[in-house]
Amino acid sequence: MISIQTADFAPDVEYQALRGEGEDTGAIVTFTGLVRDFGDRQGVTGLFLEHYPGMTEQAIQALIDQAHQRWQIQRTRVIHRVGNLDLGERIVFVGVASAHRKDAFAACEYLIDALKASVPLWKKERGTDGDHWVEQKASDRQPGF
Amino acid sequence: MSETTVTVLFFARLREELETDRLTLPVSPGDTVGDVLSRLAARGGRWAQLQGDQPVMIAVNQTMARPGTALSGDDEVAFFPPVTGG
Repeated sequence: MISIQTADFAPDVEYQALRGEGEDTGAIVTFTGLVRDFGDRQGVTGLFLEHYPGMTEQAIQALIDQAHQRWQIQRTRVIHRVGNLDLGERIVFVGVASAHRKDAFAACEYLIDALKASVPLWKKERGTDGDHWVEQKASDRQPGF
Repeated sequence: MSETTVTVLFFARLREELETDRLTLPVSPGDTVGDVLSRLAARGGRWAQLQGDQPVMIAVNQTMARPGTALSGDDEVAFFPPVTGG
């Protein structure tokens, strides 16, 4: 499941969806990203997030397909919010269900890392000294992007 | 011969600084993304940044592409800064 949305999401609802119907799931790993009060600069008061409708969803689906090839995983859920977000609000959710914890951990970390490096999404920080678009950090880059 | 065009989209900082989110450009057979970038940059002013120091990412029909990617009529070309989601 992939969703790009302005509305908030409920992590407990996503967790239940990751559990699925059967009894073959042994591990669920989830990551939730939040809006914090510092970024490129101090005094961040919120974020604005923009995406490329269509391509953003396709790019996430391609990462999920790769994760299924690399690890034994059963279900994934990726939610990314766009629009204006205030401090403390949830930005992104990545959840992975697997029979095995190592696969769930590895796939979840891969999905959020690759999302940051390659999926068309852009953050603008709103702050006490004005707004500015966030620059990609060298640590978030991956070969090929 | 009927005129062939591509749609060009801009996102994030580029969209704001160019004050443009979408435009339509004529292309000729054999034109590449790089040709489109050069023509837009030649408008000068803020448009020059399309061939400036800051990296510009390219997508054609919603797939990542390169300046050498060849264009066809009705392609959707997008230019945007390095991504910063998550």
